[in-house]
Amino acid sequence: MQDTIKNLTERFGASNMIEKKPGLIFITIEQSKAISAVTYLRDIEGYTVLTLLTAVDWIEDNVFQLTYLLNNPEQITEIGLRVMIDREKAEMESAHHLWPNVEVYQRELKEMYGINFPGSPRIDENFILEGWNDKPPYRRDFDTKEYAENNFFPRPGRKTNDPAEYMKQKMYPNNPSDYTNKKYNPNR
Amino acid sequence: MEEERKDKFLAPENEIRQVAAPDGSIIEVDPLEDYFTQERPKPYKVRKGPVENFLNWARAESLWVLGFGTGCGSIEIPPLVTPRYDMFRFGVQMRATPRQSNVFIISGYLSVKTLKRVIRTYEQMPSPKYVMGLGSCTINGGMYFDSYNTINRLDHYLPVDVYIAGCMPRPEALLAGFAKLKELIKEGKGHKANEYVENFDWYKDNQKKVINDWNMPDYNW
Amino acid sequence: MDYSIQKFLWTLLGLFIVLNWGFLMGSTMRRIGARLAGRVGVPIYQPWIDMIKMISLRTYLSHGVLYYIGPVFRLVGGIGMFLFMPVLVGSEIWSNYSFSGDLILLLYFQSFGMLGMALGASESGSPNATIGISRGLAQFAAVEVPMTLAVIAIAIQHHTFSFSEILDAQQGGFMNWTLFTNPLASIAGMLAMLGAMSHSPFNLVKAPNEIPIGPPTEYHSSFLSVLRTNSAIIHVVEAALFMNLFFGGADTWFMYIIKTFFVYFISVFIGMVFPRFKIEDSVRWFLKWPTVIGIIAVLVAAYWK
Repeated sequence: MQDTIKNLTERFGASNMIEKKPGLIFITIEQSKAISAVTYLRDIEGYTVLTLLTAVDWIEDNVFQLTYLLNNPEQITEIGLRVMIDREKAEMESAHHLWPNVEVYQRELKEMYGINFPGSPRIDENFILEGWNDKPPYRRDFDTKEYAENNFFPRPGRKTNDPAEYMKQKMYPNNPSDYTNKKYNPNR
Repeated sequence: MEEERKDKFLAPENEIRQVAAPDGSIIEVDPLEDYFTQERPKPYKVRKGPVENFLNWARAESLWVLGFGTGCGSIEIPPLVTPRYDMFRFGVQMRATPRQSNVFIISGYLSVKTLKRVIRTYEQMPSPKYVMGLGSCTINGGMYFDSYNTINRLDHYLPVDVYIAGCMPRPEALLAGFAKLKELIKEGKGHKANEYVENFDWYKDNQKKVINDWNMPDYNW
Repeated sequence: MDYSIQKFLWTLLGLFIVLNWGFLMGSTMRRIGARLAGRVGVPIYQPWIDMIKMISLRTYLSHGVLYYIGPVFRLVGGIGMFLFMPVLVGSEIWSNYSFSGDLILLLYFQSFGMLGMALGASESGSPNATIGISRGLAQFAAVEVPMTLAVIAIAIQHHTFSFSEILDAQQGGFMNWTLFTNPLASIAGMLAMLGAMSHSPFNLVKAPNEIPIGPPTEYHSSFLSVLRTNSAIIHVVEAALFMNLFFGGADTWFMYIIKTFFVYFISVFIGMVFPRFKIEDSVRWFLKWPTVIGIIAVLVAAYWK
């Protein structure tokens, strides 16, 4: 495991290693070297299983973070390769030649985040949404509430209560502080 | 706009194509025109009198439910066929095909993708047909009220006979819903299918507002 | 009144009784199945309500002429089986239209409904219907083999293809039944009956969850009521066929009802116990043991008689 990390750091310039727990390491890698690092891990180091490929929208830093979570079934260890890609020009090399199931992940990312993977099979087809014509819904600047209100006929008069506040009002209408006191009183 | 949309989302098997006839001549087939009818539905005549009352009683006592779980609430339907709740006692039976069923249970949240299938299925059922909205998701969106992909109010897309509130309603509530539906049918109020046909344009506008890839005939016979 | 008209009216009355007995037997069997599962089950009058409801539904769908004719063919298959089989032994008015070669005609009528249904269901254009039809015809072709072998063995044994004569030969005590005089043919025939009734081990044709209902997927309202009528009739008549062949027939309506109930109950009972066969397994099964027993029955009958 440590040798692998060392190799990754030396050969591919990986940085920012985070050990979440023994056998699960996240490491950040440059976009241009990411696919070769994944290939290296799969072919040389025995990380033959792609557990998942997912994305995070860091809107404040203007980047998408792609995570390739790879599993080594012999050592029972996992490495998560984090790749930061530009949010404006969201494009990444396709990895469908390494695992066939990457194609599905990439279709999902294309639809939900708008991250393009040129050359990936069926990348332009609908994945879950059919005929979606708005911003990709998992981007954080997409306002899902506003979209729902504009499209889905919200029923007028619908109220939303904060559950904790509502229960306080219901159970202790006279002295709402009782609720907190009783809840956290160890001698109760 | 209409043409553009049709072309973009048309299924491959529904594209206009050339077909060789048995005598060797080449003919052009437009599946949407030739294989599907574009006919609009017509409302049926609601009769009155003792015969109709008797028929209504029979319709109420023999409810055939379409086995189509659209959301999480469909997990409440299997207990109904178990010894504990046993809906067969009340003449409620499950059918696997829309052609043979009368009751459509929209069980919980309804995503836009499912809504399209639900509309197709609903329109294939023979009248008089009934819709039960199960759970608060069908009433006002429930906990998915701000989701980008689930509709909020079912009655804007399909005429609903009975709502069963709750998240999730228990099987007893479903049985109560069936009892209420029977009452409505016996009173002669079970003709919401006519309402759908009379306000056809309104329903279709609402449906097409959310279903962007409308690639089927307006009414699926 | 003219004798032929009188006879016709009696036959119609018999058909009416058989139809209602079929409905009642159907709901009774469903209740028995429900009790087995610990439920109460459908009300005993549910089939009649279902019929009224189905007829009262609006029909506005057309798939072409054969689509309409399919259920009619099916119903003709059921009624034809009833018409050409004597109901009660030794009764002139309840002998229906049986004649000296009626056994062969009955075997034909058994497959007639299935073929008509194949035409109609294929016309509906539903792929599920086509799958169901192909399964149904495959299974029925396999069922026919042991059934025909059993019938041939019985025909050789009694030197006749007439139902009345086979029935007459079985009278005078239960030891004269074919069940005891020709046990091998009876076993082959009863095993074939399981397939002919299409109950649980062999009901993949109408598998409700995999291919929604199979052949009648597209049939609704009045069409479905015709199909239901036929299935009520054919369950009784199939049971009566095997009752007449192996269990000595019935001399009163009471015996008719009791015996058909128990013959039908055999298949329901086996259906309750055993899960469903795949279609290739059921075809293989019918072509294995029942067929072997049937061949032995024919050889034995040919050698000794």
